[in-house]
Amino acid sequence: MSTRVFIPNDTAARSMGADDVAHAIAVYGERMGLDLTIVRNGSRGAAWLEPLVEVETTAGRVGFGNVMPNEVDTLFVHGQVNLAHDRCLGTVESHPWFAAQQRITFRRAGVIDPLSLADYEQHGGLAGVRRALTLSAAEIVADITTSGLRGRGGAAFPAGIKWNTVRQATDTTKYIVCNADEGDSGTFADRLLIEADPYQLLEGMIIAGLAVGAERGYVYLRSEYPWAITVLREAVARAYAAGLLGTHVLGIGPRFDVEVRVGAGAYICGEETALLESLEGKRGVVRAKPPLPAMRGLFGRPTVINNVLTLAAATDVLAAGGARYAALGLDRSTGTMPFQLAGNIRCGGLVELPFGRSLRSVLDEFGGGSLSGRPLRAIQVGGPLGAYLPEHLWETPLAYESFSAVGAMLGHGGIVCFDDTVDMAEQAEFAMAFCAHESCGKCTPCRIGSTRGVEVIQRLRRREESRRQWQLLEELCETMEFGSLCALGGLTPLPVRSVMTHFAGDLLTPVGGTGQ
Amino acid sequence: MSHPPMPDADELACLDELIADLPPQADQLLPFLHRVQERLGHVSPAAMRFAAHAFNLSRADVYGVVTFYGDFREAPVGDTVVQLCMAEACQAVGARALAAHAEQRLGVPLGSSTADGTHHLEAVYCLGNCALGPSIRVKDAVHGRVSPSRFDTLLELRAIDRSRS
Ligand SMILES: Cc1cc2nc3c(=O)[nH]c(=O)nc-3n(C[C@H](O)[C@H](O)[C@H](O)COP(=O)(O)O)c2cc1C
Ligand code: SF4
Ligand code: FES
Repeated sequence: MSTRVFIPNDTAARSMGADDVAHAIAVYGERMGLDLTIVRNGSRGAAWLEPLVEVETTAGRVGFGNVMPNEVDTLFVHGQVNLAHDRCLGTVESHPWFAAQQRITFRRAGVIDPLSLADYEQHGGLAGVRRALTLSAAEIVADITTSGLRGRGGAAFPAGIKWNTVRQATDTTKYIVCNADEGDSGTFADRLLIEADPYQLLEGMIIAGLAVGAERGYVYLRSEYPWAITVLREAVARAYAAGLLGTHVLGIGPRFDVEVRVGAGAYICGEETALLESLEGKRGVVRAKPPLPAMRGLFGRPTVINNVLTLAAATDVLAAGGARYAALGLDRSTGTMPFQLAGNIRCGGLVELPFGRSLRSVLDEFGGGSLSGRPLRAIQVGGPLGAYLPEHLWETPLAYESFSAVGAMLGHGGIVCFDDTVDMAEQAEFAMAFCAHESCGKCTPCRIGSTRGVEVIQRLRRREESRRQWQLLEELCETMEFGSLCALGGLTPLPVRSVMTHFAGDLLTPVGGTGQ
Repeated sequence: MSHPPMPDADELACLDELIADLPPQADQLLPFLHRVQERLGHVSPAAMRFAAHAFNLSRADVYGVVTFYGDFREAPVGDTVVQLCMAEACQAVGARALAAHAEQRLGVPLGSSTADGTHHLEAVYCLGNCALGPSIRVKDAVHGRVSPSRFDTLLELRAIDRSRS
């Protein structure tokens, strides 16, 4: 029987040479007369092991981490998988980095062929939509509400409330919009899911459509993710061909159509109303709320707009029932969250866990220390608008409420590590510069304030009139926080303030003299 | 904005082809601009005029859209676009030093093209490869753990690709 060899085909694995490895294995198999079937799976999220090659055996899938093209002939001896190889990890699922996770949304990621609907179904896919097709719209929404599922895109708004608002709207036309703009640095879970298990997203969108009575969905996917765009477009085409999408969902349901739209390089288009403007063909300028998108969204119609992971989680909520999902997590942060370990960390990647574990325990168990080997100094959680946390706050449980309690935010679950060579004043300046670069321009505190912020921090960094500039910066942060229409201007003060509070020395210590 | 020129015959034929299967609705402007950018390398004033007419928008609307989004360029740039991720996770593993190296190596600052027109260097904010930074993108390929020397190798490889084609 043919031996299946899995070589990930996702952006991260390919960025480390997976295509060359796949080619080398095909050539080797042919030369040695081995009967190998190469499967290009998605990534399991262990970026630090990519390319992670797996060989199917009777004991399970045996993994080899960081395989280089010139090493592939050592993965086998006499046609058998070489368990004594330096890079052999044993069976992947029993490896501690994977075994310690609790994978729900990402349980198929890296396991299946992303574009095989048969694989998807065999591994539990479509169970959610099948059940949803037996329920009324109100029952589907009730299940989502029971699950306690909150938006995974950052704002953590309860999905059940949003869906219910759209369900009750009386318009005949409604839309489902998937926010796949994933602009935050340090986050790649949306990309990984789309590249590894795209049908899960489509299934989630169909369920949302059934729940609110929408027949059309759009995925707004960022242009910085060319491979995810290719995979998702192919998945949509195959879903149509298989009758999952189109006139009757799975042959029995109502109509549901999905279109993939590509962003054009603007961070602000991750904000939901700017995203809708962009989908309508305009500049991504934030709309004032109300009206909420749930009342008047895309083309003025009631619209559910959810993150990729929120929609993906909905498939499991429906498959297993809302109560099962709600049993996981901490307080009002129910279920699991894919935390993304990034930056200066040795074992970076995607770790799915129930909410509530401390940041430090996740670092200790999965991170493997800094990449540079130097001590870690600061960790930014929640993307460019998230706070930089000093070591004494790493005990904070990873959950929405506990993070806001320490002046931080969980956002999309990105955890970006910096070692002790980091200049926190530089990071504070970058936060302002990023806001200035990405501002949609609608309001003054964000548009102008961020540019002033850069200047003030630059003066602080030059140790000019430190005390006065410090006070100016405080006032500026307050103005941006209270005077901005959306969270870009409103939350940029969060990372800046975190530097002022926890790393003040980087902004104030005298440079060859006395700060005043 | 002064009066933009009409597209010449070749450009017009190309624009006609790119728009052929798109419905004439304003929400198709971005998909159309993406195609123009991809095929022609930039969105010329003539193409903007064409789009305004096709989607029944004012030229100011189209100009506003083209200039709002980072992906669209009003003028041609160097042949091979090299994007460096300059966002936080990549900063944490040396993106700033890599950028300095790239600027020195190509002899131009971020955001500009080399004098010989072979390369265009620019910053992007996150390629979704944040656990394997510093990351760069050349065409549709993302490369991870790009040290200065790996950067040089990648540039040379692309140079070889070009001389082959
Ligand atoms: C500046 C800014 C950027 C945002 N970027 C994203 C993003 O990239 N992806 C995302 O899902 N949500 C993003 N959001 C949150 C969205 O506005 C919105 O809350 C989300 O799409 C709702 O979906 P959810 O409830 O499923 O999270 C952003 C918000 C702001 C203010
Ligand atoms: S805060 Fe900034 S990004 Fe948000 S609406 Fe105002 S100007 Fe636009
Ligand atoms: S921060 Fe560089 S790829 Fe995400």
